[in-house]
Amino acid sequence: MRRLIFILPVLVFVGIVIYFATPLLRGIDPSVIPSPLIDKPVPAFELGPLPGYQKGLSSADLTGQVQIVNIFASWCVPCRAEAPALMALKSMNIPIRGIDQKDKPADALEYLKELGDPYVSIGADTDRKVSIDWGAYGAPETFIIDAKGRIRFKQAAPITQNDIDDTIVPLINQLRAEK
Amino acid sequence: MRAVFAVIAVALALAGAARAVEPDEMLKDPAQEARAEAIGHQLRCPVCKTESIEESDADFTKDLRKLVRTQVAAGKTDAQVLDYMHSRYGDFILLRPPFKPSTWLLWLAPAILLVLGGTFAFFMTRRRPNTAEPEPLTAAEKAAVEALK
Repeated sequence: MRRLIFILPVLVFVGIVIYFATPLLRGIDPSVIPSPLIDKPVPAFELGPLPGYQKGLSSADLTGQVQIVNIFASWCVPCRAEAPALMALKSMNIPIRGIDQKDKPADALEYLKELGDPYVSIGADTDRKVSIDWGAYGAPETFIIDAKGRIRFKQAAPITQNDIDDTIVPLINQLRAEK
Repeated sequence: MRAVFAVIAVALALAGAARAVEPDEMLKDPAQEARAEAIGHQLRCPVCKTESIEESDADFTKDLRKLVRTQVAAGKTDAQVLDYMHSRYGDFILLRPPFKPSTWLLWLAPAILLVLGGTFAFFMTRRRPNTAEPEPLTAAEKAAVEALK
């Protein structure tokens, strides 16, 4: 009994080390909120286009093929950082749909002119309602949608080349093989 | 001096009541606004994570508050509004998470710690003081004491 009391703090310490080291070593970011929408159909929505564009974006556009949905905004600094990665995905023939979150249309157009437009079509989510329907809590956020229109993956952080190579392309290949 | 204390007291009182809700966000009907506030206090801000959406100044959270108010004004029940948020943001959004296997530890931790601490305290206080009766003085020591007198 006596000895147990002396060992107890050591055991507690080991427990704490394991508790903190596990997410750290596995690369789990505690600030990322797990989405309950994974494996669920995309929320029903319909967004109009930016001025000068033909098409907006609605849930009907998100079935029939594997696609990426990317929430962005001209005011979003990390979105600028991931812009080249999105252009790289576009050049790999992976269709990307955009949701322009809480933006002034003129600012959004300026942003797309400056950084390039990787999107097949863009919906203007001026009041952020659709972003909230997607469970977004900021920008950029990226979702991968399978051919049946279900959300299969979410990343609430800017995409890097590593993400493309290690996660996005393998998953898209896997989803394209699913029938 | 008293005036200074009074000012500090008023400032502190106001600080406690500080809300991020701006007047233009509020619903006209005070009963509905009170309901919306009560719901908002149960929802965690996904941007700042340590505040409820009623307390957070983040631009994103402002839109969450607006949405809660729109739904309350549209006649949704408290449970419907909470459900709406829960289905999009998961347990994270609820400041009072449901009791289920992944949150058992969270809910039961205070009881577990109380039992562990109580047991520890019980054994620590029950331990006899280990100071034994002092040995009686030997004849030589007694003589030495006598010599001092």
